[in-house]
Amino acid sequence: MTLELIGTIAIAICLFIGAIFTLVGAIGLLKFNDSLTRLHAPTKVGTMGVGALLLASMIHSYTFADGSMHELLIMAFLFVTAPISANFMAKVSLHRRNCETPPDPPRDRTWSTLDAPGGHEDLVDLIAAEQHRDTAS
Amino acid sequence: MTFATDLMNIALVIAFVVVALSQIMSMVRLVIGPNTGDRILALDTMVVNAIGLIVLLGIAQGSRIYFEVSLIIAMLGFVSTVAYARFVLRGDIIE
Repeated sequence: MTLELIGTIAIAICLFIGAIFTLVGAIGLLKFNDSLTRLHAPTKVGTMGVGALLLASMIHSYTFADGSMHELLIMAFLFVTAPISANFMAKVSLHRRNCETPPDPPRDRTWSTLDAPGGHEDLVDLIAAEQHRDTAS
Repeated sequence: MTFATDLMNIALVIAFVVVALSQIMSMVRLVIGPNTGDRILALDTMVVNAIGLIVLLGIAQGSRIYFEVSLIIAMLGFVSTVAYARFVLRGDIIE
């Protein structure tokens, strides 16, 4: 009886933490005003929120049933893949020149996802034409 | 005992409402997002929030069958995010 009460309180705390973290991530996604700033909120805070919800599910299975650690699989998968997808989305923002781009490299011309801006006139013209076409359509 | 049941129900309802609210906020960003990167990010966030909703459904029903569902959605969400980003970056998904 007492163990069940403690388990229920632990589940409730984990659910509250997960819900608050998820909400904070979504608010950050909605309210920030720069592409790369927006990237910070959901990829870190949202992953943490889902991790807390999965922890609540795990405690629930231990409290009211035999218990299982299966949710650890989802948690580990999300924690491993969230930085990778965040890196890909940051690369997309850099590639489309939607943010403040990093400075030119000192020695070679390899820059982020393409050659350094300004170093390769054809490429820059191509990207400008593509962006012009995007805004026109 | 009744206190534990009440606490559980209240926490579940609050978590459902808040996660659904953040799902709606992500959908707003998906619609108004000015750039491609923002839309991909909003879709990724919506996948993660959908996993949270399914886990909450599993807790509410006391069922264990939602574990496989959320695992498969997590894998598909990662693969689709990488596919979108790669399509924007390279112009093709599999070269």
